[in-house]
Amino acid sequence: MALINPKKREVQVKIVYYGPGRGGKTTNLEYINEKFRSRIKSEMVTVKTYNDRTLFFDFLPFDIGMIKGYTIKVQFYTVPGQVKYNATRKLVLRGVDGIVFVADSMTLRQEMNIRSLENLAENLLSFNKNIETIPLVMQYNKRDLKTEGIPILPVEVMEKDLNTGLKAPYYTASAVNGENVAVTMKRIISMTVMSIREKLELGGSE
Amino acid sequence: MDFPFEFSKKQLESIEDVLNEELIELGVQSVVLIDLAGNVIVNLDNGRCQHDVYSLAALAAANFGAVSAMANIIGEEEFSLLFHKGESDSIHFSKIGTDLLLLTIFGKDVSLGFLRLKVNEANDRIRDLLL
Repeated sequence: MALINPKKREVQVKIVYYGPGRGGKTTNLEYINEKFRSRIKSEMVTVKTYNDRTLFFDFLPFDIGMIKGYTIKVQFYTVPGQVKYNATRKLVLRGVDGIVFVADSMTLRQEMNIRSLENLAENLLSFNKNIETIPLVMQYNKRDLKTEGIPILPVEVMEKDLNTGLKAPYYTASAVNGENVAVTMKRIISMTVMSIREKLELGGSE
Repeated sequence: MDFPFEFSKKQLESIEDVLNEELIELGVQSVVLIDLAGNVIVNLDNGRCQHDVYSLAALAAANFGAVSAMANIIGEEEFSLLFHKGESDSIHFSKIGTDLLLLTIFGKDVSLGFLRLKVNEANDRIRDLLL
């Protein structure tokens, strides 16, 4: 839940990048960390395994400026995508305000995407949050693999698998090249801030 | 579970007063009150502290969450002491109620025993403020 500090006139908002293992969640944050250095006051925190897979989470604090007299601090997190780290994913999801679901476009990963999304829905439910109402953006990542001859799923198939009911905004992307990473980020920030605007308006009258 | 806390300016100022009186005046370097999502609620230091508080808060919340999960696995409800000892500086964790965590960073000049006593007093006073 967004934390509003009326004394500092500051809002902290938590956005989590979720998805199957090796899908590109950390790559998204690494790109953001490099591209938006001027808005990032500290180093990205990463807790990884020896072969570079996220073990615990990545964390990136990001200042987006002021809205309605409040400084908005976005806290980006990624979760470890491997199936065995579900307990950790639940910890990281605590207090989440917005989610980017990073799906892997590789044909081989079709089932993993679906399972990861189901896992997200279950974990959100354990915090009494609903995947259908929380700010959510879909990112269909690794579109660049097509040029390397690796089979990828058509966007229509990914939409059918993952977004038929949710109807969340989606972007195709290539996080390793930065393609649509910033656009995804801006969209989720905008949706998340909109979802807390009522609270800001009430707080603004204090 | 969503976090129920919405703090008023008055509450935040009162919490700051408690933490200053009980802990900063004791000689600790820094004290940070966070929620279990990793958000910083109150952050005070002795004027000589340069820590990246937001990263510390994120890691502390995750660390505490992981340790609590480990406690449950071995049949404990929670561990009564979570404390990391460094060569010159150490960090102490204390849960306040069900949703808040107090982090205290202190040097060798503060004894752990006395710190725990003062942290308990601060916890009681903060809990009363939030009732």
